[in-house]
Amino acid sequence: MTEKNQSTLACCSPRENPAGLELMNRTLPMFTPPNEDGEVCCGPKQGPRSNLFEKPGYRIQSYVEDFITTPLGPVPKIKTRLDRRDLLGSFGVRVGFGRNDYKVAPGLYALGRPDSDSIVLVTANYKLSFDTLRKEMADMNAWLLVLDTRGINVWCAAGKKNFSSEEVISQVKNTNLEKIVSHRKLILPQLSATGVSALQVKKGCGFEVIWGPIRARDIKAFLSARYQADKSMRLVTFTLSERLVLTPVEGTQVIKPLLLVLLIMFILSGIGPGIFSLTDLWHRGLIAAVSVMLGVVSGMFFTPVLLPWVPFRSFSLKGAVTGLFFGLVLISLYFHPMNLLSSLALLLLIVTLSSYLAMNFTGSTPYTSPSGVEKEMRRAIPWQSAAAILGLIIWVVSAFIHPFI
Amino acid sequence: MEEFRYLPHVSTLRLDESLCSGCGSCTLVCPHGVMAMNGRKVQVVDHDGCMECGACMNNCPTGAINLSPGVGCAAFIIKSWLKGKEGASCGTG
Repeated sequence: MTEKNQSTLACCSPRENPAGLELMNRTLPMFTPPNEDGEVCCGPKQGPRSNLFEKPGYRIQSYVEDFITTPLGPVPKIKTRLDRRDLLGSFGVRVGFGRNDYKVAPGLYALGRPDSDSIVLVTANYKLSFDTLRKEMADMNAWLLVLDTRGINVWCAAGKKNFSSEEVISQVKNTNLEKIVSHRKLILPQLSATGVSALQVKKGCGFEVIWGPIRARDIKAFLSARYQADKSMRLVTFTLSERLVLTPVEGTQVIKPLLLVLLIMFILSGIGPGIFSLTDLWHRGLIAAVSVMLGVVSGMFFTPVLLPWVPFRSFSLKGAVTGLFFGLVLISLYFHPMNLLSSLALLLLIVTLSSYLAMNFTGSTPYTSPSGVEKEMRRAIPWQSAAAILGLIIWVVSAFIHPFI
Repeated sequence: MEEFRYLPHVSTLRLDESLCSGCGSCTLVCPHGVMAMNGRKVQVVDHDGCMECGACMNNCPTGAINLSPGVGCAAFIIKSWLKGKEGASCGTG
C-alpha cells in the first residue's frame, strides 16, 4: 500500500472499534471494511462502523470498553481509567449541575476478565460512586453488581432504603448471578449496612454478604488481606478535603432563597425619613447585601472548613461564632460610614444567617445523630428567628435615627 | 471519630446484653466504632459516638440492639416537622 493510499484510508475510515470489527469479521466472513482499496471520498471524515453490540434505541456508554461473553449473554466490560468526560461529570455534580440524574444503568458489569470464581462487588448507581469504585479496581478481575439506588450514593441510598436488602436480592435475581458465579458471596460497602441486612439477603437469594471497607480506595488492601478490614477502614473520616468538596453544592442549593433575601434587604434599606429613598436603597442596600453574603459564606463555607477548630459542639453555635468573627471584621472596616445601631443590626443578621446555615450543614456530616440535630434545632431556631427579626427592625429604625447609614 | 464529637447523651442506642449472641456483626458495620467485643458479648464503648444510622440494629440477628434510626440532617427534620416523617426528604432527593 502506498503512502497516499494510507492517508486516504485514514480520512475515510477512521479507527474501527477493534472488538466490534473482530466480531463482525467472525460472524460475517464476506464483510470487508469500506475504502480499503483506497477509494477517494468526499465530505467530512466518517465515523467508525457501529459496534455489533449496539442495539436500536440503546447507546453504548463511554465507560464501556468491550463486552465479554457469558453463558447468559454479553456483559459490558468497563474501563478502570476515568476519562475527561467522567472528570467533567464529577466536577459538574460537585458544583450542583445535573446532580439528580447522574446515574448508570443498574445491572451486572465486568471489571477485567472475570470468571465464575471471581468476586462480586455491589455498589450504587450514582455515577460518582460507580466511577470511584472502578477506578480503584485497575488490573483486577471482578463482577460489579450495580443496584438501582435512583442515582443516589451508597450511604444516603441506604438511609433512604433504596440500597436495601430487597434491592440486592432483586438485582441478584434479575442478573441470574447464581448462573454466572459458582460461589455465593457478595462484597457490599460497609456503609450500605444501614439499608441492608446480611441475614435477609442470605434468606432472600442465598448469597452471603461480606462487609467491605467504607472507602473504595481500601478495596485492594481488603481483598489481599482475605476480606479483613483493619480498624481505620471501618471508620468514617471527615477530613478537610472531604469537607471542602461538599461546600459548592451547599452553596448552589441556597441561590434562590438568597436572591429573595437580598431583594428584601434592598427594599427595607430604602425605607427612611423620606419614606422611601432610592439613594438609600442603593447605599444602605449595598452594605446590607454585603453583610448577607458574608453571613452566607461564613455559615456555608468557613464554618464547615474550620469545623474542628471552631468552639462548641452544636453547629448553630459554631456558625454563630464564625459569623460573629467575620461580622466584627466587616464592621470594623466599615465603621466610619456606619453608626452603632446599624452596625448592631448587620451584626445580628450575619450571626443569624451563619448560625442557621451552619446548622443546615449537619445533613452533610457523617457524625451528627438525628436526636442530636433535633435537640439542637429546638433550642436554636427560636433564638435565630428572634435575632433575625430584631436585626431587621433595628436596621429599619436606625435609618430614622441617623439619616446616613 | 475522635476529633469530631456531637452533642452528648442524645443517642437512642440501647443494647440488651442478655440477648447478644456475640456474633460481632455490629462491630463490623458501625462506622464509628461504637461497639466492641468484650469476651463473648458485645459492649457499647462509645455511646456518644453513635449517629443513629441504624446499621447495627439492621444487622443484629437476635434483636439485641434498639434505636430510632434516621439521618441527622436539619433540612430533613424541618421537612418532617412540616410534612410528617413520610413526606420528608433530605436535600432535593
